[in-house]
Amino acid sequence: MSETQPFDEMWGTGDTVRAPYRRFHDWFADEEPARLRAKQREAEELFRLTGITFNVYGKAEAEERLIPFDIIPRIISATEWHRLARGIEQRVRAINAFLHDIYHKQEIVKAGRLPLEMIARNEAFLPHMIGVTPPGGVYTHIVGIDLVRTGPGEFHVLEDNARTPSGVSYMLENRETMLQMFPELFSQNRVQPVQNYPVDLLRSLAASAPPECSGDPVVAVLTPGIYNSAYFEHAFLADQMGVALVEGHDLRVTDGRVAMRTTRGYRPIDVLYRRVDDDFLDPLNFNPDSALGVPGIMDVYRAGRITLANAPGTGIADDKAIYSYMPDIVEFYTGERPLLPNVPTWRCSEPEALAYVLDHLEELVVKEVHGSGGYGMLIGPAATRKDLDAFRRKLQARPGNYIAQPTLCLSTVPIFARAGLTPRHVDLRPFVLVSPGRVQVTPGGLTRVALRKGSLVVNSSQGGGTKDTWVLEE
Amino acid sequence: MLGKTANGLFWMSRYLERAENTARLIETGQRIALTRLGPDDAEWASVLRSAGVLTAYQAHNDTLTRDAALNWMLRARENGSSILSCIEAARQNARLVRTAITGEVWEAINATYMTARELLSRKVSERDLPAVLRRIRQNTALVRGMVHGTMLRNEIYDFLRLGTFLERADNTARILDVKYYVLLPSVSAVGSSIDNVQWESILRSVSARGGFRMEYGAGAGPQEIAHFLILDRRMPRSLAFCVGKLKDNLRYLNTGARHPSEAQKRVDRLERGFLSHDVAAIFDYGLHEYIQDVLDRLSGIARQIEIDNRFYE
Repeated sequence: MSETQPFDEMWGTGDTVRAPYRRFHDWFADEEPARLRAKQREAEELFRLTGITFNVYGKAEAEERLIPFDIIPRIISATEWHRLARGIEQRVRAINAFLHDIYHKQEIVKAGRLPLEMIARNEAFLPHMIGVTPPGGVYTHIVGIDLVRTGPGEFHVLEDNARTPSGVSYMLENRETMLQMFPELFSQNRVQPVQNYPVDLLRSLAASAPPECSGDPVVAVLTPGIYNSAYFEHAFLADQMGVALVEGHDLRVTDGRVAMRTTRGYRPIDVLYRRVDDDFLDPLNFNPDSALGVPGIMDVYRAGRITLANAPGTGIADDKAIYSYMPDIVEFYTGERPLLPNVPTWRCSEPEALAYVLDHLEELVVKEVHGSGGYGMLIGPAATRKDLDAFRRKLQARPGNYIAQPTLCLSTVPIFARAGLTPRHVDLRPFVLVSPGRVQVTPGGLTRVALRKGSLVVNSSQGGGTKDTWVLEE
Repeated sequence: MLGKTANGLFWMSRYLERAENTARLIETGQRIALTRLGPDDAEWASVLRSAGVLTAYQAHNDTLTRDAALNWMLRARENGSSILSCIEAARQNARLVRTAITGEVWEAINATYMTARELLSRKVSERDLPAVLRRIRQNTALVRGMVHGTMLRNEIYDFLRLGTFLERADNTARILDVKYYVLLPSVSAVGSSIDNVQWESILRSVSARGGFRMEYGAGAGPQEIAHFLILDRRMPRSLAFCVGKLKDNLRYLNTGARHPSEAQKRVDRLERGFLSHDVAAIFDYGLHEYIQDVLDRLSGIARQIEIDNRFYE
């Protein structure tokens, strides 16, 4: 099977180094490979010591693993970034407007731009949020937009993460590591800083506090606990912001407020950056078996006395079935053409689309509508006949559960392998902060890289690695 | 501060202190076994008892051998107080309170954990034992140094210190409890070689052989050893020293309050009742009974600290 030549972000499609990479490439050409290999090991040692690990689900014993880090940065020019940032901002504004609309008047449905059943029959739609306006009107305080690139100017949105996007700690630690390993690179290249993220996050959360809050709002991070795969990140962010890291059993509802148990009694919280899923947030209102949440927190929320970031019910905006309507959604709420295109998507719930997908299964990527993390998806070109048959049966049984997309020829960035620079496929997750009246895109993000040759799966749970992502100054 | 965080800090430092104490007890036991002055297995039984793990050992093992005893204290997963279990528990608590400790303290604990995991991944041979124990003590000392050098002196620090000194007082009391009979003036001829070995073993278990000789001279005997370990406020592992630190740290925590906390009251009672007499009075009371009473009161103080500071719901 032949693959079209992917776009390489360092080399383009030819053999001249693209402009953003020039200085880096000059530096690299003068480096001893042995020294770089030693640096690569040193970086891993640093990660292990700092404890930047994630827990792997589905293993007998919860195991802590490192996400492999590659020392070759992914470099984006100021011009490229400017375009991306505008597109991201537009999309995030649309997502917030969409969420407000579907939990209130549902104008988009009335206008015939979105079928009612996309909401009414969507498991991610949260009836508890109908008619509720979050403090400051912000639904998604923290958003991660997954982008893929297929050519010099061609970026597509692959996925919106509007619930509890993770990975920002890697963005920060990757940069920290690069600064320690290769300080000279940062003298030679003018890289826009990402280190303000925790302070920006705290300001953004504080700005979204309930109106009754006067003075400095009390902010806390809610984690499911140390066995959660992203616990490191929860602790990292709480630490960087200088706020409490709480679990459900540290909290209770008292006097109509959510309060945390301190050594000196219960102290009310104004803003809770929760990294617990909607289902587990409140055993009284949602999953009664949840030990992770706080009984009654939704009632306090609906009374407007605490800010939850992100708001409950935002999952409907990053649902993969809704995703296919995103170009309409952006246009409907902003009145502008979308600056960032979607990846073409077949909704298997539609008979014609399903027929096409079944016919072209070996060329397509099929995803579960509610899945994440690269689980339960089919990559047609890489699948065996058996996999294809199995998926065909799944599609026929529950077509509404799937969408399909063409197998994109993702761009590559070189990694530092034994044989030197070797191209590998990448994606990009920039992080966005939203507070009342403000959308802020951090210049950079998390670049995930598939470490196996030819692989298109970049998820850390599936053996992907990460890179530092540089956005150059003008 | 969150009650849960206070709990995590308290136990993080308790477990670190326990790991270090166990390392020291093993070194002492090994030394006595090697100099062949005492009966081998009996010595290991008393080491296990001092470490507070003899009963659990017996539940899991039919016979008492040096190898099995060492393995039990170094790395047995079934033993929650083995060095490896303690260091894992200390790190687990450190992860829980990651936001309360400095990056340096966390890295030192994580490095201790990685070292211990590596050193204790398989049975430790006799040849490697001294180096392994040394590295573990060095690592835990590094954590203590980082705590000392980088942590703000606030309530976070107070909870760390409370854990350290409760564990340490408990450890010293247990060593005395196991060996009290060799300190009784009435038993065997004072100055026999057996006694000398036992006294030395007590002093080594608290890293205080040199200090004791320096302060009390070569002729000093059991009364002085008891005084040194119980009442001497210069000795950083004596009961009086540890209880004094508990008192200080509880007072810092309670700054601004109008009344002393329940835990403070308990520590005051312990100090007044048990640490303000001379050593002759302690012997009159009965050394064994005295130590038992102190141990009970220490665990009462630990429980009271949990309640006063809302460690649990």
